[in-house]
Amino acid sequence: MFGMNLTDLNSNETAVIKTIGGGPGVVSRLMSMGIRPGVNITKISAHFWRGPVTVRVGRTKLAIGYGMAKKIGVGK
Amino acid sequence: MIKKHKGGDDRINILLMGNPNVGKSVIFSRLTGVKVSISNYPGTTVGFSQGEMIIPSGEVATVIDVPGVYSLDPVSKADEVAVEMFEKGDIIVNVLDATNLERNLFLALELREKGVPMVVALNIWDEARHKGIEIDVGKLEKELGVPVVPTCAITGAGIKELVEHLGSLRSKTFHPLDRDRKWEEIGRITGISQKIHHHHHTFLERMEDISTRPLTGFPIAVGVIYLSFMAVRAVGEGLINFVFDPLFENFWLPVMNRLSGIMGGAGFAHDMLIGKLIDGRIDFGQSFGLLTTGLYVPLAAVLPYIASFYLILGILEDLGYLPRLATQVDNLMHHLGLHGYAIVPFILGLGCNVPGAMALRLMENRREKFIAATLMATAVPCVAQVAMIVGLVGERGGGYLGIVFGTLLIVFVVKGLILNRVMKGRSPEILWEIPPYRIPRPAAVLKKLWMRVSGFLTEAVPYVLAGVFVINVLYFFGVFDIFANFFAPVLNKLWGLPKETISAMLIGFFRKDVAVGMLAPLGLTNGQLVIACTVLAIYFPCIATFIVMARELGIKDMLKAACLMLFTAIVVGAVMNMFM
Repeated sequence: MFGMNLTDLNSNETAVIKTIGGGPGVVSRLMSMGIRPGVNITKISAHFWRGPVTVRVGRTKLAIGYGMAKKIGVGK
Repeated sequence: MIKKHKGGDDRINILLMGNPNVGKSVIFSRLTGVKVSISNYPGTTVGFSQGEMIIPSGEVATVIDVPGVYSLDPVSKADEVAVEMFEKGDIIVNVLDATNLERNLFLALELREKGVPMVVALNIWDEARHKGIEIDVGKLEKELGVPVVPTCAITGAGIKELVEHLGSLRSKTFHPLDRDRKWEEIGRITGISQKIHHHHHTFLERMEDISTRPLTGFPIAVGVIYLSFMAVRAVGEGLINFVFDPLFENFWLPVMNRLSGIMGGAGFAHDMLIGKLIDGRIDFGQSFGLLTTGLYVPLAAVLPYIASFYLILGILEDLGYLPRLATQVDNLMHHLGLHGYAIVPFILGLGCNVPGAMALRLMENRREKFIAATLMATAVPCVAQVAMIVGLVGERGGGYLGIVFGTLLIVFVVKGLILNRVMKGRSPEILWEIPPYRIPRPAAVLKKLWMRVSGFLTEAVPYVLAGVFVINVLYFFGVFDIFANFFAPVLNKLWGLPKETISAMLIGFFRKDVAVGMLAPLGLTNGQLVIACTVLAIYFPCIATFIVMARELGIKDMLKAACLMLFTAIVVGAVMNMFM
């Protein structure tokens, strides 16, 4: 399962966050919202044509842009 | 005990801080009285609410509802404002969402390190219990090292205890931790103080899921928007027909008639204050005096729609629907150089372009603001204008209505696609929280409505009065006719419109609905009417919108946007003229 990212998950599938890529501003924002390595993440839905991905982390639901979701590496 | 004067004035500043969507503003409205205001943070367009309360020592303190942030590490404009405001705080009330303790604690740990006297309001306490989350307040308080008060802002539970704490807070020092250490500490604290039990999904939670998935969410979005508009129209028309029109007709009209009689029915002062008599009578819509049309238009024609609009919007906001709608349309908006939240100024703009322009501050960067502003002012007609167009063009056949609104839709999409291509930069990637649905509390909705309506009255009424004044002066001294003669050939050649439509075009700067109404007696052909209505919608925003937009965009970008609008109007009108 190497190299999987958030956009590869199916709806309702849960995985563990492995890596977070992007600029320092984006990374720190994602972390403060609860997206950080080692945490379980569940994909709720993806919108058509590279639309935003909605996820659940802990008790928080987030909408994440497709490009940003691509940079969040996940694994089992 | 508590340091004062930090903010430069002689009052204690109490800051409400917390993550977005934790019920901060409901706590704010519980703590403060009626004297509240929404202001812009100096030099920015980030808004915050401010009010006052009496603390246990008997002093009057200023309460500030700081924009919600996830951390003190600023990543957006709103974050920067929140961090800067933090410096002025004498007391921090850190509002936590009890249903989401872990994430909320990150900001709490950052705040406590700053050594400002602080109390934690553990809000949404009742919902946490329903969701099977059990928090031991005593243990949490001990581990966190600051007082913790469970609250339920919606019912008011815990607010009294929270206020009592404000009198006895002390400054404490905590050992600063780096980011990873903070998360370890959070894990430790929640491990000790929180237990989570299994629970069954509630109705609202099931609704949350189906309105987030694209297949079910999209039809729901269409339905919500449709129902919202029906509701806005119904409430707005109801207010006009049963409250404002009767008030003006029965109470204000006799006063104006008397005044008109005293002033002799004509002359400069009469024209300024009362305006022209239409068939020997005062007509609030067309007389164009400061005291007649100048008051009637903002108060009786626009205010009812503004009020009903903000009422419905406030309910949707407090319910937590807007982030879901923004997620649904994000994809479409990206093609136009925007992101999902741009739907908010557009929806607002359909009510009235002025609040739509105010909502431009939701846009993060200059490029997005510019695109959103230009698209709204060009192709999103306000409800008053739509009503007039439907009345006037609809008589000639529904197909013509289709041409007017279809053209506007095409202009909207094409202009967005082009601007997205030619302007440097990209629309930013989205990242926002989708809060759980919550039943709105009527008192909080009404308070917000009141703050917005009074904001509209103080901002828009002076502009309408100024506009009516200027137009009257121009009219009286014949400047209007000079204009008309000068522009008439352009109007005729380009758009095939007769000379008389120029006065409607000029009035359109002040009131677009009134301008559409002025087309009625001109005997235009179907084609001319369609072109005139479309061009009127596109060519320029009304003066009130223009001024608010100029404030949001800066005068340079505003002028660029205005040139684009005129250009679009010229092209679209000319193209339509070729085919009709």
